[in-house]
Amino acid sequence: MTDPRTSMISKRLRGVRSVIAVSSGKGGVGKSLIASVLALILARKGFKVGLFDLDLTGPSTHIILGTGKLKPREENGIIPPVIEGLKYMSIVHYVHDHASPLRGSDISNALTELLAVTVWGELDYLIMDTSPGICDSTLDLLTLVKDIKFLIVTTPSNLAFETVRKLISLLLELNASVIGVIENMRMRHSDHTRQQTERLGARYWGAIAFDPRLEESIGNTDKLLMTEFTKSLEEIAERILRLRLVE
Amino acid sequence: MHEWALAEAVISSATEIAEKEGLEEVGEVVLEIGELQQIEHDIFESALLQLRTPKLRKAKFTIRKAKAKLKCRSCENQWAFNSTKLDEEGKEAVHFLPEVAHTYIRCPKCGSPDFGVTEGRGILIRTIRGARPT
Repeated sequence: MTDPRTSMISKRLRGVRSVIAVSSGKGGVGKSLIASVLALILARKGFKVGLFDLDLTGPSTHIILGTGKLKPREENGIIPPVIEGLKYMSIVHYVHDHASPLRGSDISNALTELLAVTVWGELDYLIMDTSPGICDSTLDLLTLVKDIKFLIVTTPSNLAFETVRKLISLLLELNASVIGVIENMRMRHSDHTRQQTERLGARYWGAIAFDPRLEESIGNTDKLLMTEFTKSLEEIAERILRLRLVE
Repeated sequence: MHEWALAEAVISSATEIAEKEGLEEVGEVVLEIGELQQIEHDIFESALLQLRTPKLRKAKFTIRKAKAKLKCRSCENQWAFNSTKLDEEGKEAVHFLPEVAHTYIRCPKCGSPDFGVTEGRGILIRTIRGARPT
């Protein structure tokens, strides 16, 4: 007995030059904001970008982007709607404002289905906002998406970094590609996160200061792109782009 | 069509299996299609025939339909899926992504959304028959 969907995933992603999963061992560290704004920054730079919200039980990128009621189109597969220049896919297209109470096996099935039927076409970057923790979706992505790269988000808190440490160690043990770590919501200068990250053999890309005005720009991409948060992330993105993930 | 995407997955997977097993030509592909996904069979079968690769040129596609059965994890009630109880939004959503059944369906006995789909979720390749080179 074979699940035919898995063999289709690499074909669906054939036109995607770089898949970046924005991940963290902990929730509430700003992963969805970083994934969404990073996607917007890359699109503003002229890259072809997709944003895939893979937080199947707690999607939030649609709120950050203020997508409204967009619907994917059917044409030999599912064509994601375009918002702010991003091809955008989320379970929210199907559950709207209702809860999606999924167990692990349901999450794996839903993830496989979405990866197998979504038609991304040609993209420079596909940014994936993943669910927090080292759980089914992280492990599934490692199995299903060839050449996926992980960009890890933490806060300065030891509570967050302890889970990030485990995530990075696991990813490196599994020979996954780890782009490095972004420190979010920093309140005061400290080299602690940098030192901890480098001790793990991962790259520290910089810190984003806690931006008290960020909340009021959520849902409005023009405002969002004017925030101090975005300016800091843009500087980090510039440095990451020098890695030439897309040739 | 979504059916087209699923047919593409079946053809891709069946071709890969045939190559891996060293089959020269595939005679039959037996598929199981779960009721939960509410596939339009005519469209799906027509897509299978149009998408056939050279290895599957003469393949017959035998399709077995599987009734969708659900089992509540909270009260252990078991029941059969009935698409007529879903509204249009729910029907469309479950068609594209069967797991969102957990958003639109509740256990008829206790009202829990925590149930398992024990049978009839989506598409599976049950068997492939073909000839190896002599």
